[in-house]
Formats: sequence, C-alpha cells, structure tokens
Amino acid sequence: MTHIKTIAKPILKQTAHTGGCGECQTSCQSACKTSCTVGNQVCEK
Amino acid sequence: MKSKVHLFTQLNKHFALDVGSGAIHLVTPPAFRLLSLIIAAGETSLSQTIPPRILQEVITINGIHEAWNELYALYNEGMLFSPDNSENLELPTKTPLKALCVHIAHDCNLRCGYCFADTGSFSSERGCMDIHTAKKAVDFLIERSGNRRNLEIDFFGGEPLLAFDVIKQAVEYARKLEKIHNKQFRFTLTTNGLLLNDDVISHINSEMKNVVLSLDGRNEVNDTHRTTIGGKGSYDVIVPKFQKVASTRKGDYFIRGTFTSKNLDFTEDILHIADLGFNNISIEPVVLEKGHDLEIREEHLPEIFAEYDRLTEILAARDDINFFHFNIDLEGGPCVYKRLRGCGAGGEYAAVTPSGSLYPCHQFAGRAEYKMGSVLDGSFTPNTELTVNHIKIRKGCSDCWAKYFCGGGCAAANLNINEDINIPYHIGCEMQKMRIECAIALKASTI
Repeated sequence: MTHIKTIAKPILKQTAHTGGCGECQTSCQSACKTSCTVGNQVCEK
Repeated sequence: MKSKVHLFTQLNKHFALDVGSGAIHLVTPPAFRLLSLIIAAGETSLSQTIPPRILQEVITINGIHEAWNELYALYNEGMLFSPDNSENLELPTKTPLKALCVHIAHDCNLRCGYCFADTGSFSSERGCMDIHTAKKAVDFLIERSGNRRNLEIDFFGGEPLLAFDVIKQAVEYARKLEKIHNKQFRFTLTTNGLLLNDDVISHINSEMKNVVLSLDGRNEVNDTHRTTIGGKGSYDVIVPKFQKVASTRKGDYFIRGTFTSKNLDFTEDILHIADLGFNNISIEPVVLEKGHDLEIREEHLPEIFAEYDRLTEILAARDDINFFHFNIDLEGGPCVYKRLRGCGAGGEYAAVTPSGSLYPCHQFAGRAEYKMGSVLDGSFTPNTELTVNHIKIRKGCSDCWAKYFCGGGCAAANLNINEDINIPYHIGCEMQKMRIECAIALKASTI
C-alpha cells in the first residue's frame, strides 16, 4: 500500500480469544496513582 | 456502539484509529481527506467506489482513487469502520485480588499544597502501620489471590519511609511465603525521598521492582508546593538522593511529579528532570476539587494541549527520555479484557490503611462509605459498583474513541470532581485523549 501504513494490529479482536489471564500489572501500581491509563500497560504473555 | 474511526494529526502526520478493531493506520493526506469527508457525511461503511457527492470534492487530488482502493481493502479486512462489539464481552463477575496499595503511613514529613491525602493524614489521625497489620495484609493478599501468580504490593503513604522497618519486615515475610504458595511478589515504593539513605537505597535496589520518586521539576516549582513541615523546600535534599537511586539501580524507577495551573509550561520541568540525569519521568496534571487555587480548569486546556504538542516534538528528536504517559505498545499491549476492566480498583486492586481497613484504592482511603473490610479479621466485600464494565456504565464512555486506552478512567477522580463515580472527569478525559494521540505519533515516528 502506498497511502496507508498500519502501525497497530487489530488487537481487540485478536485478544478476545487469547487474553484475560489477569497476570499483568495493575495500572495504578506503575507510576501514576492519579489517573487511569491501561493502554500503556504491558502484556505478561 | 456503531462503527467509528477517529482521525487526528500529530507530528505533521495523519492517523486513523479504528475503534472497533484497535487497528491504527498512518495515512497520506489524500486518504485522510477521504476519511474526513466520509465521517463528516455520517457514513460508517465504505462502498467499492468513491460516492459521487464525495468524489466531486476530491476529484482534483492526485492518487485519490488509489487511496480509496486501499481504504476499501482495509475496510474489507475489518480494520476500518469495523463493528465495535468488544465492550459487550462478558467480564468475570469475580476476580481474585492481586494488588494491594499498602499505606505504611498516614503521615508525612512534607506538607504539599496539592496533596489528595490531606498532606498524608487522609483526613484522619496521623500514624504508621505496625508490623502485625502489614503481615496480615500480606496474608490477606495471598489468601484472596486465587490462581494469580504475580502479586503486587506498593508501599505507599503519606510517606512510607517513616516506617522503613515495617517495610523491611513485611518484604522479608512475603518473600518467605511466596515460595510456599508459589507466588511472585513485585514490590514498589512511592517516596518523597527525604528519608532515603544508603541502607534504604540498598534495600530498595535489592527488593523493589519499581520505585516512584516524587519530584515536580524545576527547583522553584518543586519548592513552591513540596515543602517540609517547617515550610522549607525539599529540592536540595531529595535531588542528590534520587540521583544516587537512579545511578545505582538496575530495576525500574520513575521520577514522578505533578503539574498544576501554576506551571502549565511543564515541559520545562520534564527537561529539567532529564538534565539532572533521569530518564524515566512521569509528570501528571493535578486533580483537585473545584475552586482550589491550583486546579486545572477548562480554560487551561488549549495551553496544556500546546504543551503536549511541544513535548511530543522534543521527544521525537531525542531518545533519552521515557515519558510515562507517552508509553504505548502498538505491537502487543494489554488484551481487551484488561482494557475493559480498567484499573481494577475494588476487585483485583485494593488499598489497606494503617489500621488494616480495606478500600477500593488509595484515593478512596478514609471514605467510610467505601470501606470493603479489614485485613485484621479477613472480611472483604468487593465493591460491585466498581468491578463492572466501566466503559458500558460510565456516562459518555461508550461513544468515546479513547475508551479502550483509558478503560473508563479513574472512578476516584470522577467522585472527587463530580460526586459520582460514573460521571467522567471531563478535563482529565480531554488531557488523556491528547496524551494518547501524542503517544501514538511518537511511537509511529520510531517505526
């Protein structure tokens, strides 16, 4: 493609079947404590 | 929610974020123009050829049919205007507890002007947790953790180093139990730094997966708010100690600061912190009740957005600053369940006060109506108001493009600002959305 470069895969649908293990870090335990951001958390798998 | 594509421009590049699938595309100006027109027309699907009423507006643009063909191909692959069904996924009604914010001290040796915890006291009697309660908290977490292996404890306050001995003993106790119960503890510590010394630093470096070091940035900015009980600034005392932590540390650390309405030029604080030799930096907007002198107000947003733009441009040109809120994992990142569950407060995450009382998170501590039990008697009633699917229940979240990045936002902020955990803190949402766009653009600049 010359007009589009996909930089993030369709992760929501992909992980509907593979995710949910619950082992990842709780977002507020990282560095914030005053705002909720889950999009920057890391998957443990 | 129906199909939706969010368009934005950052770092002079155009992006299309497909909400339903999570796919993000970097697009050329012709493709961006086409998508803008499609969205403006209220369309949520693409036809094989450009609709006539749109074609007449773009017919003079070179490569417009080629751009359309590529957009149409993505549409057919489910990566553009895809159905947004993820928020309807079933979440488990019961989740094991996996993380505790352990309030080692409801007291502090600083008197910060914007402290959400009433300068460390959490609006109650000042005091520290004893080792009996701390061990009970460790026991409680293990007992309630089910099949979760990775367990987290953040030593928090107030200032947790006021009771460093309790931290040391609690860590030692947990390390003994983790082998017996096949668990892995990840400890973190959030500190203002005043009581750091070689012994403490050595313990932190050997035991803490992450340490959060509070510093607001420039000397005068930090010392305006982060003052001792006697009214002196803390900068000169803490900076050398933080530098020692960072220089001797192999594990994670973050310099974590707060910006207020008095330093909306917070990029200068981030750069100052970087100049001090720190690489991992988190500077966040203050959240305060309406009417507070330092609060972020609606009229500050344009200046804050411009500042985030400036910061993004600066960070795109250097690779020595890891800015926490511009982190994003476009290759993997959290699964859809994590994105729906959000912070987990009240279910998989809870806070323990020095007296052993349990609350949904550190920001709820002391609000009697949100007490969930006690580690001393083992009572625990998860807060079902908080453990539901936030995106579906919070006002306006379902229609927001950013919902799978913030997980429905912070219930405590909603409560503090709007007196309702399900009415989003609008100003916080707007800043969050801006940061997500900046994060995506920065990541794209490295691909």
